[in-house]
Amino acid sequence: MQISVTVNGTTHTDDVEPRTLLVHYVRENLGLTGTNVGCDTSSCGACTLHLNGEAVKSCTILAVQADGQDIATIESLAAADGTLHPMQQAFMENHGLQCGYCTPGMVMASIGLLNENPNPTEEEVRYGLEGNLCRCTGYHNIVKSVLAAAATAGSK
Amino acid sequence: MIPAAFDYKRAGSAAEAISLVGEYGEDAKFIAGGHSLLPLMKLRLAQPSVLIDIGRLSDLSYITDAGDHIAIGALTRHMDVEKSAVLAEHVPLLANAAGYVGDAQVRHRGTIGGSIAHADPASDLPATTLALGATYVVQGPGGTREIAAKDFYLGFLESALAPDEILTEIRVPKMGGAGWNFQKFNRRAQDWAIVGVAAWRDGTRSGVGLVNMGSVPILATQVSDAIAAGASIEDAAQLAAADAEPQADLNASVEYRTHLAQTLVRRALAASTR
Repeated sequence: MQISVTVNGTTHTDDVEPRTLLVHYVRENLGLTGTNVGCDTSSCGACTLHLNGEAVKSCTILAVQADGQDIATIESLAAADGTLHPMQQAFMENHGLQCGYCTPGMVMASIGLLNENPNPTEEEVRYGLEGNLCRCTGYHNIVKSVLAAAATAGSK
Repeated sequence: MIPAAFDYKRAGSAAEAISLVGEYGEDAKFIAGGHSLLPLMKLRLAQPSVLIDIGRLSDLSYITDAGDHIAIGALTRHMDVEKSAVLAEHVPLLANAAGYVGDAQVRHRGTIGGSIAHADPASDLPATTLALGATYVVQGPGGTREIAAKDFYLGFLESALAPDEILTEIRVPKMGGAGWNFQKFNRRAQDWAIVGVAAWRDGTRSGVGLVNMGSVPILATQVSDAIAAGASIEDAAQLAAADAEPQADLNASVEYRTHLAQTLVRRALAASTR
């Protein structure tokens, strides 16, 4: 089936099998391998990207369901000159990553969280990120990173 | 994991979806948010030959004050139920329970109608709408009919929906001034409940729904009967599992589930009593 999706601002038209998962389409058809496959059962959140501006788990969405929609992946965040997105910067400064496998999903989920709630409490950050697992168990610094990013955005 | 191959059809209206399922027969399945169906398909526990996508029927996504009840379109996403000001005012128990479904990403995709039609006894919203005395509106080739939530759940993942019918609306009575509480006990934040309880109470009237306490969502009628007869919360909660047939699994034995149900019903009723 032919689908047409806008990914990171560029429209792509491709033939895909209906059973193609969105995460596989993004990684394999488009070569955007920043979005990871972790558990593959919509538990871990490593595959989190934005569909029409909202954080979703791309291992549990068919590419055909995203036909005509707008997608943003981790690759959309940093500027062309390498300047990091404020959330990426906050993760770097607060040691919000260790092995880095969950990081693309964590960052995309965190940006989605702040879009919906720009000034979350620590508890709201933990609740908002319950769909993302960090097997290094680095949660404290991830939460710290998100709160720092919110504070930075709030001070601007 | 990749699902088995299937054909994909996108419906532009509820009528077209019903006509498509008539054309393709029992091997066709409706998909809305897909957050119950796709995991089953990836594990090959479901292998529909045709998927009929009803996810774009945006006219079935609404939350409307209909006088004595709130009407919720079946395609309304969990996140929209959770954040609805109308539900916060009139059916706060349902809005609160929706916030316990999965996680934020799941709630952005999953729909209330999909969750109810899937009829998973471990899901939060079937038991919650059951406790609230909801009515489900379904549409089929012959028109629409209403099914009371208490008559809807027939067995594990089995409902009164015919294969060629589609759930279109959930009608939930307004709660008035009733107290309410939702309890969910699980190991990890985003997991299904090992046991969950949705409860409301208005004096001697009450409703208690149990999550994951049998092959269907359970209405704990004996608890409500005891409350109506003047029993204490502690005594009523002892009857929590009286209407249930809990099963043992990796997470819990029958005895543990029974104990959890009694404890969570006691907590939920205490928090619901004003």
